[in-house]
Amino acid sequence: MASDPQGRLLTVLLAALVAVLFAVSLMTGPAHFDAGIVMKALVSDQGVASIIVHDVRLPRTLLATLIGATFGIAGAALQGLLRNPLAEPSLFGAPQAAAATAAGLMAFGLVSPTSLAVPLGGILGALVSVGALVAIAGRHASLTMTLLAGLALASLAGAAIALILNLAPNPYIALEIAFWLLGSLRDRSMIHVWIAAPFMIASWIVLAANARAFRALTLGEDAAASLGVDVGRVRILVVIGVALGVGAAVSVAGAISFIGLVAPHLVRRFYGSDPTRTLLPSALAGAALLLAADIVVRLVPGPLEIKIGVVTALIGVPFFLAMIFRERRVLEEAP
Amino acid sequence: MKLDLAPRLRAEHLTIRRGARTIVSDANLALNAGELTVLAGANGAGKTTLARAMAGLIPCEGRITIDGTALTAMSARERARALAYLPQGHEFHWPMSVAHIVALGREPHADPFSRTSTDDRAAIVRAMEATSTDYLADRIVTTLSGGERARVALARALATDAPVLIADEPIASLDGRHQLMIMELLRDIAHRGAAVLAIIHDLMLAARFADRVILLDQGRIVANDEPILALTAERIAQIFNISVHRVETPDGPLLLPSRPL
Repeated sequence: MASDPQGRLLTVLLAALVAVLFAVSLMTGPAHFDAGIVMKALVSDQGVASIIVHDVRLPRTLLATLIGATFGIAGAALQGLLRNPLAEPSLFGAPQAAAATAAGLMAFGLVSPTSLAVPLGGILGALVSVGALVAIAGRHASLTMTLLAGLALASLAGAAIALILNLAPNPYIALEIAFWLLGSLRDRSMIHVWIAAPFMIASWIVLAANARAFRALTLGEDAAASLGVDVGRVRILVVIGVALGVGAAVSVAGAISFIGLVAPHLVRRFYGSDPTRTLLPSALAGAALLLAADIVVRLVPGPLEIKIGVVTALIGVPFFLAMIFRERRVLEEAP
Repeated sequence: MKLDLAPRLRAEHLTIRRGARTIVSDANLALNAGELTVLAGANGAGKTTLARAMAGLIPCEGRITIDGTALTAMSARERARALAYLPQGHEFHWPMSVAHIVALGREPHADPFSRTSTDDRAAIVRAMEATSTDYLADRIVTTLSGGERARVALARALATDAPVLIADEPIASLDGRHQLMIMELLRDIAHRGAAVLAIIHDLMLAARFADRVILLDQGRIVANDEPILALTAERIAQIFNISVHRVETPDGPLLLPSRPL
């Protein structure tokens, strides 16, 4: 019951897939290098190859891995907490709130884009929005309530972003922010990795530490509490964990949505729908999805690179619609 | 005649307020090992609130002890091992297997890093056999019928092997046969040594199966006795506003609701 060979095998395969995509991502770009050179360039000075692989592709690849994993685990954790397969950080406005705060800080020149204040601001914005969601939707968080409250919060954050663009001191900054908001891993440096990684890793630790409670929560909050789960504490910690990770991710990469919805859904059935066991595979699937999407945007020919946030939304929205369609019966029965 | 039974859970001077409203006032009761106690009362009498307070899920004034130890002095884990609580509604949110759901009853015994122990497995098997759910082990819980879900929910609570079981409306929305099955099961669990409290609306079933009936009226305990002594026609008229007939049958006296007053 606690583990089965099928699930374990899939976890190992997913980890291997992430490793392969990581290597492919390092080899993808306008300049072509052989695999051997790429690997050597990572650890020793190979001239131009080292500069490109180390300073251009490695940060981008690391961020795709970290951010994909963060969205995957955050989605799985929110779904476990709210006992709802449609729960996803971006449906609830957390990434939008992070983006609004970060955009606000950049627009009014309060801080430079590489400053630690940007991810910190983003985290604070995400924290406020997820906290508001739990407060509004309440203890018994029905599907309808949760989605409506999330929609309202996302719209509010969207309005705030519009206001920031509206009031931006000059059109150049407004355009810069608008492009940043589309979500991209392009032109990120190791500084971005160092700024965001600690928050994302902290978020994984917080969420993993509370994962066991999700299993008992399948019985509802009272039954979980009677089994020794401190439901109030778990709720607060998961909200903080999600906001930490998602806030940091959005603050360095802009709005990247739907990974948190898609990743857990792809793996869940292979783990007996156990919301606790779904966490790690969701993180791996999220990392694989974002690495793949970031490879795709670099391979599509054209004068401008397609933003990765656009790609994840283009894949994620139809996926979300398909899920709503499948859950139609349940949704129609909801009070 | 009944033996002198040992009180397992004791609640003294419980008062539960929500805002300015007093839901339960000065309740005193004991759940004895070997007894099925039924808690009955009209809608809004405070039954669920009292049950949740006794399970340590909501704060209250007064004192609750299990085998002499105050509930508030126990860790969440200790409390979870001493008392199993089965909430209303039998919620199952994820399409997990029945065996997996019943195993959740072992969570209070589990070490974070250890696997299912032989004790765990034995308790899970016992709970599933007792509730006749063993043949459902590999079924997905969200696809079961109401009667099957009720039995799986009860199996989950039994798997904890707690000396005290509190079940809130375990037979609501079940058909007649399943109601009788679950009531028999609760009585058997009690007679094997557990202290069981069940909230039941059906006075006929309460009279038929309970060893003790506690009647709650507007937050006050107005009777706490053997069913035959607690469920008098006058009291039922006063609390539930219905008239009943008492009928002698080979299975003992039965209460038949007759009409609203």
